[in-house]
Amino acid sequence: MTSAPATTASDAIPKVRLDLLPILLPVAIAAVAYPLVGNLTTWLTLTIAALAMGMMIFVIASGLTLVFGLMDVLNFGHGAFIAIGAYLAMTVLIPLSGWTQADSLALNLLALLLAVVVAAIGTGLLGWAFERVIVKPVYGQHLKQILVTMGGLIVAEQLIHVIWGGDQKPMTLPTALRGAFTIGDFALEKFRLLAVAVGLAVFAGMMIVLNRTRLGLLIRAGVENSEMVEALGYRIRRLFVGVFMAGSALAGLGGVLWALYRETLTASIGGDVMVLVFIVIIVGGLGSVGGCFLGAILVAMTANYVAFLAPKVALASNILLMVAVLMWRPQGLYPVAKR
Amino acid sequence: MLGAILSGDFPRSRVLTVVLLAIFVGLAITPFAIPGAAAINTAAKICYFIVLVVSYDLLLGYTGIVSFAHAMFFGIGGYGVGLSLYALGPTWPVILLGLAIGLVVAIVLALLIGLLSLRVKAIFFAMITLAVASAFAILATQFNEFTGGEDGRSFRVPEMLRPGYRLFDGEVFGTAITGRLLTYYLVFVSAVLLFLVALRIVNSPFGRVLQAIRENPMRAEALGYRVVYYRTMANCLAAAMAVCAGAMSALWLRYTGPDTTLSFAIMLDILLMVVIGGMGTMYGAVVGATLFIVAQNYLQRLMGIAAAATEGIPILPKLLHPDRWLLFLGVLFVLSVYFFPTGIIGKLRGSNKA
Repeated sequence: MTSAPATTASDAIPKVRLDLLPILLPVAIAAVAYPLVGNLTTWLTLTIAALAMGMMIFVIASGLTLVFGLMDVLNFGHGAFIAIGAYLAMTVLIPLSGWTQADSLALNLLALLLAVVVAAIGTGLLGWAFERVIVKPVYGQHLKQILVTMGGLIVAEQLIHVIWGGDQKPMTLPTALRGAFTIGDFALEKFRLLAVAVGLAVFAGMMIVLNRTRLGLLIRAGVENSEMVEALGYRIRRLFVGVFMAGSALAGLGGVLWALYRETLTASIGGDVMVLVFIVIIVGGLGSVGGCFLGAILVAMTANYVAFLAPKVALASNILLMVAVLMWRPQGLYPVAKR
Repeated sequence: MLGAILSGDFPRSRVLTVVLLAIFVGLAITPFAIPGAAAINTAAKICYFIVLVVSYDLLLGYTGIVSFAHAMFFGIGGYGVGLSLYALGPTWPVILLGLAIGLVVAIVLALLIGLLSLRVKAIFFAMITLAVASAFAILATQFNEFTGGEDGRSFRVPEMLRPGYRLFDGEVFGTAITGRLLTYYLVFVSAVLLFLVALRIVNSPFGRVLQAIRENPMRAEALGYRVVYYRTMANCLAAAMAVCAGAMSALWLRYTGPDTTLSFAIMLDILLMVVIGGMGTMYGAVVGATLFIVAQNYLQRLMGIAAAATEGIPILPKLLHPDRWLLFLGVLFVLSVYFFPTGIIGKLRGSNKA
């Protein structure tokens, strides 16, 4: 042992320069949109709506992007977890309608929390089964992964029809979350506020787990080089399954939020969001959680502003956004080293 | 002679030969053999879906790239011809004009998508095509004063192709030669020709390169083939063929709308047909398309009977409800990807190559 002062790990590893340029993008978009919208209240409402939508999309997309980063698996069946999460929550909320209709914030939130927990656990377990049965045999074969997970999506969607029926279901918001706070002539919808809070909490939680814990260290190391992690004696397979389950549970949580936001529920709810989710993870850079967060905000902002200015081309504008980002950075905003 | 027509790619299995001949003869004589509108409708649908599925197999089975935008190109063909006929009146040059417009639009789009995403990763391509296709479908329904929106557009076809038209007064084998029959044979002959063209493409040196890229893109690149160029070419060719299929469907249905051409459900159907029939064989696409559409029409009836018979048992009737037929095909699809990636054809040919 030398007596020289031990260099701490943080000194030895050069700090990665934080790439701030993409962070300015949403600010720029909001600034450009303001004169086009022309009205401060409308602009604020749109921006808040965009943030809420972005957070919901982020919650759904974060699991998908992490699964891709760690396992090189792109799960086209992710949409199934969104729908199943929403249906599970509905199943819980219906018998609890006494609680959700009560005029008490605590009781409302308790019912919602229960629904979310059931949805997350249910979709997490389902994610485990999905990984075992559907994905496991085709690791490392992209073509088959796409096909098989797509097949899984078809089967899952049909099973939803079998179990819950194919008709459109209402998804009522608990009493305390309906309506809006009004500040002057600016209305702030309560549910959007909740969505933003949940999204930020998930983002913060993920960032803490990924950057401050041993588990997160392993996951990040696995994204960089899974063989090396395995060679060091860690069971990367178990990590895979854990992340897959967490990703599915997040999709279930996102599904609950999304269904409450739309206030209706059909079996194809997952498919509609998945298009946005794919755009988000491409824009953000496949495998990057931070990029996914930023991408979700960007996509939601574009969607909301354009939906107000020219409703017919809302989704097409997101495609243009994606094309523009890919022209600038072909691997997405925050490329992950290995890929 | 036969070798030249089939580009030297024979079915290589006695059972398969019989099946293919049965499909060919069946489609050729349906209007005379089976009376009624249902049979001829099914046969025509099989014809244009064969072209569509064959063109998709060129991408998925031969080049090894997954596109979710194939229904979009199908729709471009349908809308191209349909809207032209609707706007400019029912004449033959208008059909050609519509087809030309559809081809140009589709090839430009395919090129753009290809250049944007094919140089990166196959998985990008799948996601980007999915996004572009859904944006396109939404655009098509949004601009409803032009496209007819959700309802789509019905239009008139040239005089010769209308049901009221008679080629001559008499009957052949007890069936009057109506415009409808002529349309059917127009669709049928186009399908046969396009199928042979596709067979020619995949058995040409170009097709061999595509297969090399599917097996090992790095190696193909190292051998001096520009992978991006070949993949983009395959994408454009497949798009062009899908446009032709769309035009055929528009002529047959005399209608074009989002549900019959653009929707994601059609895309899934195409995917199921290719995989169940067998990826990487043109004949597989034919068998897959035929089987799927026949199943779609007749399996549902069978399931309806089964559901009625199992009434009273808790879950079974719901599982066997006619609308749930996609459930069973989905399971079959997943199983085929795992256990017999070469599909029905692979089984029939008895080959072991994956």
